[in-house]
Amino acid sequence: MLQNTPYQIYAIGDQGITLDYGGEMNELLNKKIFQLYTLLKKWQPEAILDIIPAYHSISLIYDLIKVKKLAGTITAYQFLEMKLREIEAQLIGDITVLVNRTKEIPVCYDVSLAPDLDELAKMHQLSHEEIIEIHIQQTYRVYMIGFMPGFAYMGSVDDRIASPRKSNPRLQVPAGSVGIAGTQTGIYPFISPGGWQIIGQTPLVLFDANKENPTLLEPGDQVRFHKISLEEFHHLKNKMD
Amino acid sequence: MGLRIIKAGIADSIQDMGRYGYQQLGISPGGVMDRIAATIANTLVGNHLKEPVLEMHFPSATILFETSMMIALTGADFGAEINGKEVLINQPILVPALSELRFTKKKMGSKVYLSVEDGFETDKWLGSNSTSFQLHKGGIEGRYLVKNDVLYFKNKEDLEIDLLTHLPWRASMSEFYDNNRINFMPGVEYPLLEKISQNSMVTNDFKVSNQSNRMGYRLEGQALLLSIKKECLSSAVSFGTIQLLPNAQMIVLMADHQTTGGYPRIGQVATSSLPKLAQVSAGETIRFELITHEEAETLFIQQQQNLQQLQNACNFRLQEYFKNE
Repeated sequence: MLQNTPYQIYAIGDQGITLDYGGEMNELLNKKIFQLYTLLKKWQPEAILDIIPAYHSISLIYDLIKVKKLAGTITAYQFLEMKLREIEAQLIGDITVLVNRTKEIPVCYDVSLAPDLDELAKMHQLSHEEIIEIHIQQTYRVYMIGFMPGFAYMGSVDDRIASPRKSNPRLQVPAGSVGIAGTQTGIYPFISPGGWQIIGQTPLVLFDANKENPTLLEPGDQVRFHKISLEEFHHLKNKMD
Repeated sequence: MGLRIIKAGIADSIQDMGRYGYQQLGISPGGVMDRIAATIANTLVGNHLKEPVLEMHFPSATILFETSMMIALTGADFGAEINGKEVLINQPILVPALSELRFTKKKMGSKVYLSVEDGFETDKWLGSNSTSFQLHKGGIEGRYLVKNDVLYFKNKEDLEIDLLTHLPWRASMSEFYDNNRINFMPGVEYPLLEKISQNSMVTNDFKVSNQSNRMGYRLEGQALLLSIKKECLSSAVSFGTIQLLPNAQMIVLMADHQTTGGYPRIGQVATSSLPKLAQVSAGETIRFELITHEEAETLFIQQQQNLQQLQNACNFRLQEYFKNE
């Protein structure tokens, strides 16, 4: 399968390095990234400050002085490039062994919480119910977390409802808003400006700074949405607060 | 046992060297904008270099020292006065109890750092005292300081300081902020820039816009064009990443940057130039200078060696001074 996938390694300045398979959103590539993440975590010396997995790339943020000590006569970058190649070569072909968590997320698709449902229905010539049906049919993969604390980038959204970002981003999107951008779907953990098409809202708290594991979702998770009524939404939301 | 904010500044917060290990969850490292100034502030009072410091913009807070303390001010020169007497930056100062520190005039730089001997008692979250404004965590309740906030000192001894005194040595900072040249390296999407834009990037001045903050500096100047339009899926960015926005202008990501981004990464400011950039105020201009990756590594390593020497010298002076007391 995806053994020997070509990749590129490049610097993020003098204290960051990225291994990048390139291309589009691809579940198998992302599984490789997740596997690399696991291996790099195991290896991680004190000199590596952060390991950041993304769709088809993984980045290390490092302490240059400490890496230089490990590197000896070569540059810190050359040392890490070598190390990344070495670890990438250890990836095993069979990734079915990876067990992922599945998370159920209740979403209320009532128009009062879904300001873009009308627009999407018109765009795709579908009814509200059809859009909702298509959105909840799929099991999504959390490809990465980024943009803001706990914001999970998930995919892939069925082509029938894939939609471009809004040309005029909203200044404020409520916390819990479920959106679509291209074939990505995601949930805003906090009130924030946002350009994604909002089709619903979850009452769940996506990020709780007071918990030891502050994010509800983690890279590699499987996610299923299920539809709840406005009444259930308020009931659950009250329980959360 | 601490200092009290008797008048709030516009954006004063507790910061340290950043919160690492959580970017995979979307949590920004944050931390001080000018790491050299913060490091020297701690160095001058004999602290561990990761000790949290107070980062202030102009107009800054007016501060009452409820107890005596050895302090240092570094980075920007905001015309600091203690009890109406001018005090110097980059020098340890012994401050008697009930002294009032105020900042009178923005003379140079944009961020001043205040350190106190042994540090402040502040909120730690995920291993760091840096204030996360987005999550309301760290520092003082995760927010900018307001009137009547008290920052408690870890040092509870009575230092018996009767007279406002500058200790007789200072750190020379000029080499760190000597001009407006900002060294950068090409980013992964740099080759996608039109040749003429690659050239514009280093032959024009760019103005730091007033829409700049701890998250990023937006630059205004010559429009930069890509030869190929490229939509990128998000990937990691860092302190110093130069992105090209859809309006053909650049943004340099700063301490409170997002963890990932999708705009083309046309460059990366060398870490050794970030403190200088952090001290540029909105309305001022910068000039980019292209350097190689090796040069960037070397410059940073030299800078750290200089700081190490300074630390050794300061510790020695402090020991000598208090031995002779």
